[in-house]
Amino acid sequence: MSAEPIILAQDLTKHYRVALKEESLLATLRHFLLRHYRTVKAVEGVSFQIARGEVVGFLGPNGAGKTTTLKMLTGLIHPTRGKAVVAGHIPWRREKAFLKKITLVMGNKQQLIWDLPALDTFRLNAAIYDIPEGEFRKRVSELSEMLSLTNKLHQPVRKLSLGERMKAELLAALLHRPEVLFLDEPTLGLDVNAQVAVREFIREYNRRYGATVLLTSHYMADIAALAERVLVIHQGRLLYDGPLAGLLERFAPYREVGLTLAYPLPREAFLAFGEVRDLEGLKARLLVPRERLTERVAEILKSLPVEDLEVREPPLEEVIARVYKIAPSGLSETPALEEA
Amino acid sequence: MRKAKTLLAVYLAYMLEYRAELFLWALAGALPLILLGVWTEAARGGEFALSPGEFARYFLMVFLVRQATVVWVVWEFERDVVEGRLSFRLLRPLDPFFDHLAAHVAERLARLPFVVLLTLLFFWLFPEARFVPEPGPFLLGFLFTLLAFLLRYLMQYTTAMLTFFTERAVSVEEVFFLLYLFLSGTIAPLEVFPEPLRTLALLTPFPYLVYLPAALLAGQKVDLFPGVWVMLFWGVAFLLLWRLLWRMGLRHYSGQGA
Repeated sequence: MSAEPIILAQDLTKHYRVALKEESLLATLRHFLLRHYRTVKAVEGVSFQIARGEVVGFLGPNGAGKTTTLKMLTGLIHPTRGKAVVAGHIPWRREKAFLKKITLVMGNKQQLIWDLPALDTFRLNAAIYDIPEGEFRKRVSELSEMLSLTNKLHQPVRKLSLGERMKAELLAALLHRPEVLFLDEPTLGLDVNAQVAVREFIREYNRRYGATVLLTSHYMADIAALAERVLVIHQGRLLYDGPLAGLLERFAPYREVGLTLAYPLPREAFLAFGEVRDLEGLKARLLVPRERLTERVAEILKSLPVEDLEVREPPLEEVIARVYKIAPSGLSETPALEEA
Repeated sequence: MRKAKTLLAVYLAYMLEYRAELFLWALAGALPLILLGVWTEAARGGEFALSPGEFARYFLMVFLVRQATVVWVVWEFERDVVEGRLSFRLLRPLDPFFDHLAAHVAERLARLPFVVLLTLLFFWLFPEARFVPEPGPFLLGFLFTLLAFLLRYLMQYTTAMLTFFTERAVSVEEVFFLLYLFLSGTIAPLEVFPEPLRTLALLTPFPYLVYLPAALLAGQKVDLFPGVWVMLFWGVAFLLLWRLLWRMGLRHYSGQGA
């Protein structure tokens, strides 16, 4: 790893002006004649550095400012304030040399030409990125093998499954062998097998080519499998920058226990085992401190009429909400959950 | 060169996926052929600057020039911005101007067989439109058709830049289209315009998009100057405006929907 960061963001800020409109006919007419705007602070003073070859997870609930930050780092939008340097370039100058070094994959958008085989989009990209014919063939064969996509390249994109399409999207986006990968929800909507395949591919790509990856995902499993370091952003502000293990330990030192009961019980019946998050009919959801999980689960099974029991990581959004609640102005050393 | 060739090849393959639509698009441009019937009939009974045969030839050439200069980039660009697909184009080291231009040229090649077919049909329906062109003016007309396409593309691409600010640049294009329809010579050749209107029209870019190339192709006597300078002036003006709006637009772009 070189000491020079490949991604540098300093006080990166983006404010949008959004037209306001109330319901009702009168408000619509008023809106037509005179518009009122409000400023949305999408990203507010975000600073971080990423070293070459690192894989970093970018976490935050919807509207937290993840995608806006990615758009600034890829040069799609200009910041309102602040500085960014990616692979030695100021992104929003959109120099050709910069564009050849980066890629952005968006899980909810596609660049493949819908009615043609994916190979045609690859060929187009090869020409645009000045990849020589021989090298193009070599890279397509190598990447399609890594993605298990070899026999799908000649089929029209519209005939591919969602998982195959995402793999082809990745291939199209990586054909020019970028140094920095910005991946925005690359596993969105994919089934578990496809998610695992995409995840494996990203890991292998990073290992083989030493590429730097900044990844956003709503699936905790993606982040856990790929990123050792995470950035947490909420309401435009960076709240946490550090190892994933540290985040969970510090802000969510508990597990979620889901119960299905044989008959309904009152809330008081659960208080001895953990914090009750949900109780509806035969279903209950408890938060149990991580270090006392085994002991508490054993007690639950002994004392309650349990038909089914499931232990899982707390939902990511909940962890982040907790992070925000506890650390509104940045990093915090405060534990997230009081002992139950 | 390889870039241009590959862009053309891929977009041609894409356009050929829409064979039926291509035929309908070509047919949708048949307005000049309807006007051909109207004006040749009118010329038979009245005093006009052109004879029925000249009208027929002129409108046939208007049909061909319009087929060769159809541009729809403002619709594409607006959709790209609204749906967030512009982001993909911005990430590539190729200005979207050239990407869309290649798609237009490819569509032209795919449309060609249908245009030839329609032309033969109308030669059969209107024998007075048949003529053997003089090679010199015809080649000049061909060159001006190419320039007309580039100017029309540049004008519409510049209008498309307004999408960055209003998201409804198509409405602006529709106003332009109205002016285009009347002042370009699509409805009537400039010879039949009242003198003051004709002088005024020739100062706008519109007659150079249809009238000038069509009249040259039809073998009419046309003064190239000062028209060429006016065309050049508008070309440079739109080029500068495009670059200015592009730069301002990118600063304004919020990448919505992406």
